Amino acid sequence: MTTNISFLLNGDEITCDIQDHWTLLHLLREEMGLIGTKEGCGNGECGACTVIVDKLAVNSCLFLAIEADKKNIETIEGLASRDGSLHPLQQSFVDNGGIQCGFCSPGMIMSSKALLDENPDADQEEIKHALAGNICRCTGYIPIFESVEAAKKLVAENKGGQND
Amino acid sequence: MTNSNKDLTRDFSVVGKPIPKLDAAQKAMGRAEYIQDIKMPGMLYGKILYSKFAHANIIKIDTSKAKALPGVYAVLTGEDVPKKMKMGFYKDNPPIKKGKVCSFRDEVAAVAAKTPEIAKKALDLIEIEYEELEGVFDPEKAMEKDSPLVHEYHKSNVLKLPWSLHYGDVEKARKDAAFVVEGRFSTTWVTHCCMGTSGALAIFDANDNLTIYSNTQIPSLAQKDFLEALKTMGLSNKRVRVIKPIIGGGFGSKLDTYAYEHIAILLAHTCRKPVKIVFDRQEEFTATSTRQPTIIDIEQGCDKDGKLLFRDIKMILDNGAHTSWGATTPSVMMMPITSLYRVENVRYDAKCVYTNNTYSQAMRGYGNPQATFAIESNIDMLAQKAGIDPIEFRRINRNHPGDITPQDFKITSCGLDLCLDAAEKQLRKNYSKEKGVGIGVASLIHVGGGARIYKSDGCGALLKMDDYAKVDIFTGGTDMGQGLDNITAQIVAEELGLLVEDINVVHSDTDVCPWDVGAHASRSTFVAGNAALGAAKKVKKKILEFGSKILDAPPEDLVLKDRLIFVPNDPEKSMPLDKLLRKAHFSPGGTMLMADHFYDPANENMGKDFKGNMSMTYTFGVHGVKVKVDEETGKVEVLEYVAAHDVGQAINPLLLEGQVYGGVVMGLGYALSEEVVHKNGKNMNANFRDYKLFTAKDAVKITAPVLETPDKDGPFGAKGIGEPGCVPTAPAVANAIYDAIGVRIKDLPITPEKVLAAIKKRDE
Repeated sequence: MTTNISFLLNGDEITCDIQDHWTLLHLLREEMGLIGTKEGCGNGECGACTVIVDKLAVNSCLFLAIEADKKNIETIEGLASRDGSLHPLQQSFVDNGGIQCGFCSPGMIMSSKALLDENPDADQEEIKHALAGNICRCTGYIPIFESVEAAKKLVAENKGGQND
Repeated sequence: MTNSNKDLTRDFSVVGKPIPKLDAAQKAMGRAEYIQDIKMPGMLYGKILYSKFAHANIIKIDTSKAKALPGVYAVLTGEDVPKKMKMGFYKDNPPIKKGKVCSFRDEVAAVAAKTPEIAKKALDLIEIEYEELEGVFDPEKAMEKDSPLVHEYHKSNVLKLPWSLHYGDVEKARKDAAFVVEGRFSTTWVTHCCMGTSGALAIFDANDNLTIYSNTQIPSLAQKDFLEALKTMGLSNKRVRVIKPIIGGGFGSKLDTYAYEHIAILLAHTCRKPVKIVFDRQEEFTATSTRQPTIIDIEQGCDKDGKLLFRDIKMILDNGAHTSWGATTPSVMMMPITSLYRVENVRYDAKCVYTNNTYSQAMRGYGNPQATFAIESNIDMLAQKAGIDPIEFRRINRNHPGDITPQDFKITSCGLDLCLDAAEKQLRKNYSKEKGVGIGVASLIHVGGGARIYKSDGCGALLKMDDYAKVDIFTGGTDMGQGLDNITAQIVAEELGLLVEDINVVHSDTDVCPWDVGAHASRSTFVAGNAALGAAKKVKKKILEFGSKILDAPPEDLVLKDRLIFVPNDPEKSMPLDKLLRKAHFSPGGTMLMADHFYDPANENMGKDFKGNMSMTYTFGVHGVKVKVDEETGKVEVLEYVAAHDVGQAINPLLLEGQVYGGVVMGLGYALSEEVVHKNGKNMNANFRDYKLFTAKDAVKITAPVLETPDKDGPFGAKGIGEPGCVPTAPAVANAIYDAIGVRIKDLPITPEKVLAAIKKRDE
């Protein structure tokens, strides 16, 4: 079955036909060529595919594309400003060693963004809790926590990037 | 120690600085292209069908329905694989099996189709009739005379590998010892869990030359394997180009070539189209290789003053059904066995045994974590028996700079004493003994200056500078996330007086990059670093010679720094480097600045007796951990962790910390929670829910003191640090648990169930 849906993607209005069984991950990666959202497991267990749907971090591998209709979707591609400058979270992940192989990074950053958008003063425990569904095999998580901590102040000043 | 190398004492501009990873921004933006992201016009998707049994004869395969499915381009079985196409150094593993399967992981067929969905559907249409055979899943049982044979032609389940050494006289030392302690330890399967799954994309050109995009840590050796594969297909004298996309984690998993790569090649050649195979997560768990499981019997003895007299180890390794580098891990286990602490009398015997389980590979530490688990757990037992504090016991027996170990390893720089001090200081800070809380330490030795496993341990580098003083450096070394791109750029920038952003590191394509033996053995900083440094030195010499003419000053008075060439304290004699290079280029008889360098460290292959200085230098470290054990639940909580390493010189402290933190957390998973559960050869937990690796919630506080004892041979004094972080983690935890509640767990992982069982036994 094909359905026509409309949604906001990184600030742009999108209208397209989708197959009802497609996941949002499939729509983004395979149909729209947005490769920044990664598939790490396809089962909602690793968080590499995290995107933000109406302010909530979700695993796009478990989220049907049809459910995106009339929603506001943010992906990693929408974080940097159009002038090329990185979102404070992206910059702090870069500066604090939060990125090694980088496969988990888009998901990590999106989960962090959802957290800080909602709770700009999140403490260590809240950060750990928000990232509990995002697996990283390279960093031991410590530089990732440091990245989010360092970004907190900047994000508050920046009010979370261009989509808000 | 003395250092004649003046590189070690100068002030650095770029080296030693925490410069963020060069590709981090594109990764943060989601722009980095992994194998998952690469598509080609006309590309087909390959998928592999695996065995339904651990051990069975294949009676019949019917692929007709799969072949008839619209969108299917090819279906291959073992019949379609050239007879001589076999993988692994032991050559016991064809990419698709014929006649018989020996593990659940054995490939029985493969398809290429227009979409992944069609390929998957085609697999379901392949009909196979099996005749199940009795399997053997316990390596000790597999060694018994009446055990089923995994490979009948091999006549025995014990592999013909020579892992046996005896230096000094262990029997005499045992008689002389005042204290002797023995123990049986075991380690199980754990797996790399790279976040980016394995994959390859193969394409043939019109002349049957192969280009293969592959997640590999060994582009040059993979090229050789694929050239051999082509030869078995009747394609001699063809070219193979290996392109390495950005890798979503390596940790040793990509140190061999695999069935999915060979199958992609076969399918691409059959279909005359690009074919990509990418593993799903379940496949990544079931069809990639694990760390080698071991059963270790160890005995160590010391004199009344705690001086270690002997170490005697017998080991059985579950080889699984086929052979990859896992079967050679005993060669690296020999390192801690013969050379961790001063011990004159050592004996080691290891047997690799075929079973119908999955087969193993390299994984961060290459055998060292298993051997060190037994040695360092047993050292604590021995210290206790001798009535000596475990840290003091290690001090008594520590290695010293200038030592030559029984295996003929030449210890150059050695900061083991500094690491012991640092770990103890951190661990005992604010520590007072309380119920259920304990501390433990464990040390490590690892190769830090290359490892001569192959005939060459070398790496090549080509360097060119353009008219704007920008550098392209083409290195054989591989970045898989650990940061070799930065290490290379920082070394070159330091030597040429440039900034890191002036350096473009190309490390991804065998058509343009020189040979390298691979990203293994924590060798890249040392070997690829020295290759880059060598090329930069050659270019620097040319710059200084030319600058000397232009600025009318002796070359030895000239300094390259901050993109300038100048004579210090003489403002007249200074020029931007790019201007100088343009003068060199655009003048009669002009020249471009280019250089190449092949660095092969002066380490030694091991001889028949396994003696030989395998590495040019060795990295030492001490890990300490404070745990709290809940005696009601058996749960072990890591309260604090300290990982002190002697790294020579840190080229980039930010990346160095990243290696240590990541290694430690991987090691903590090995110690406490990670296990690939196999039941009669079948993987029972092929997902992240059931395979328990550490998540953000389990993250622990780690301090990572860096002890710098610059090494005379390392680039700017650096030694390797990629693997050490996960080497002594498990024994440090086991020792801390013993200190906390008086139970000694000898089998990994140390799960709450095992702790509770041990407590029960203790209280009986």
